Amino acid sequence: MNALLTVAGQEIRAGIRNRWVVATTLILAALALSLVLLGSAPAGTTGASPTAVVVVSLATLSIFLVPLIALLLSFDAVVGEAERGTLLLLLAYPVARWQVVLGKFVGHTAILALATVVGYGAAALLLFLRDAAEPGDWAGFAGLIGTSILLGAAFVALGSLASIAVRERATAAGLAVALWLVFVLIYDSALLGLLVVDQGQVVSGGLFDALLLLNPTDVYRLINLTGSGAASLLSGMSAPGEADQLSTKLLYGALCAWILVPLGLGVLVFSKRQP
Amino acid sequence: MNAIVTLERVTKRYGRLTALEDASLALEAGEVVALVGHNGAGKTTLMKLILGVIRPSAGRLRIFGEDPAGRHGARVRRRLGFLPESVAFNGAMTGAELLDFYARLKRAPLDANPELLRRVGIAEAAHRRVGTYSKGMRQRLALAQALIGSPGLLLLDEPTSGLDPDSRREVFETIDRLRGQGVTILISTHALTEVEPHADRIALVDRGRLLAVGDMASLRRKVPLPLTVRLRVRSCTTGQVMTKLSAYAEVLARTEDRLELAVEPDDRAALIHDLDRLRDLVEEVEIENPGLDALYRRLTAAEAR
Repeated sequence: MNALLTVAGQEIRAGIRNRWVVATTLILAALALSLVLLGSAPAGTTGASPTAVVVVSLATLSIFLVPLIALLLSFDAVVGEAERGTLLLLLAYPVARWQVVLGKFVGHTAILALATVVGYGAAALLLFLRDAAEPGDWAGFAGLIGTSILLGAAFVALGSLASIAVRERATAAGLAVALWLVFVLIYDSALLGLLVVDQGQVVSGGLFDALLLLNPTDVYRLINLTGSGAASLLSGMSAPGEADQLSTKLLYGALCAWILVPLGLGVLVFSKRQP
Repeated sequence: MNAIVTLERVTKRYGRLTALEDASLALEAGEVVALVGHNGAGKTTLMKLILGVIRPSAGRLRIFGEDPAGRHGARVRRRLGFLPESVAFNGAMTGAELLDFYARLKRAPLDANPELLRRVGIAEAAHRRVGTYSKGMRQRLALAQALIGSPGLLLLDEPTSGLDPDSRREVFETIDRLRGQGVTILISTHALTEVEPHADRIALVDRGRLLAVGDMASLRRKVPLPLTVRLRVRSCTTGQVMTKLSAYAEVLARTEDRLELAVEPDDRAALIHDLDRLRDLVEEVEIENPGLDALYRRLTAAEAR
């Protein structure tokens, strides 16, 4: 069997053993189910379907939770093994360094994907059993699950990069917290502040769009909250600046770039590392 | 020529620190070489170079005829077993699971693993979490993983550190058995006396430099070191004892009932013979082999001259 898959398999097995898989699945399921059970109560009665309400609420909450779980999963990936002495042993095996980095990435993303599919999937099932599903609803929910996995993968990649770039576990943990704060909380507030100060003088629509693409959580938000008509109507996100000019293809491309670039950097830095 | 490991004037620098300087060494097939030196002498650096996880700053090294840090490094590492100095396996996994993982990486058959665990003496703990293992059992597991796939070259970094005497003996039994099977073994240690009977050659390392390489007899010839003998005798009989031993023993320290003597290794038999005849007077005997420190002092002093 390929060394990459062996490394990935071991990460998944370890995730099952130390209850990471169960814990993340339960958290995501509890979150999704509670939103379904709350129904439209938080949003009031709207023209949107119950599914759209849940998709929008779930997407908003996922932005906080999914990156956090992804970073917690990945920040320890390399630096933790280095501190335990198992990294040197691993590299003494016939494994290429890129296989170690990608194997761990695949393993952690698989854990997150499993938790998302099972957790959100359970909520979707409940939703569709209770309310009659509209044709677009399944697609909307599937899109939510898919993009949540992509968002998670982007943060697994960022966490792995942090784990590779530093020498101590504590530093990697600090970096992971910083990444979360910046991308989830600070970036948007800063952007908003910029727009208020700028009053449309310098920041054009195009530049604003570009700035949104520079944050994976914003890309995720744009895909899920402006993607389908019902959701955009409900979320009031139909036109942040001229964001609706950003094509879906471009948004998905940006999200994939947020996975591939940190991962590529990680492989590069790791190949230079002296264990 | 069937050298398994060849180092030619290998130097490894980390920034301004020189971890290994101008080291040349060749390991023949089936040879057991002990790499002896203090912590930080460069033993682990040498092993990392052989493993190909770091590249030399200067010089050339070949393992099984290949550059271990080159394109075919993985091929080299498939034929190689490594026991790291300190390793903390994931405590949540069982011993058998960890061994399976490492065997898969090496593309070795998994069904050989139970036998490996049995051979290192932890078969009954195979399906327990590693977190519950004692230090000795973890070290045995680490040894088992080094033996996966019957490697032709085995690198053991401090294999007996932190083990009780029984486990130490078993480690050396394993080494002797593998030696009999023709496995090339490099053992690093700071306990010279312990590895001496199990190694064909000794390589002394100090502060990144290979001071001397050779079998123990040639090292002794190069650096003749006296044994230290400590005696406790009946009060006020030291003079009487010395009259018997003065032919070859030099007095280092003396009190009314204690003697500390320096004796050349060649006179060991004579000393034991004489002590036997003096058993009415001698109450306690302690013979100490020349330690690594003494060997170092001699060697570095010899180089300084």
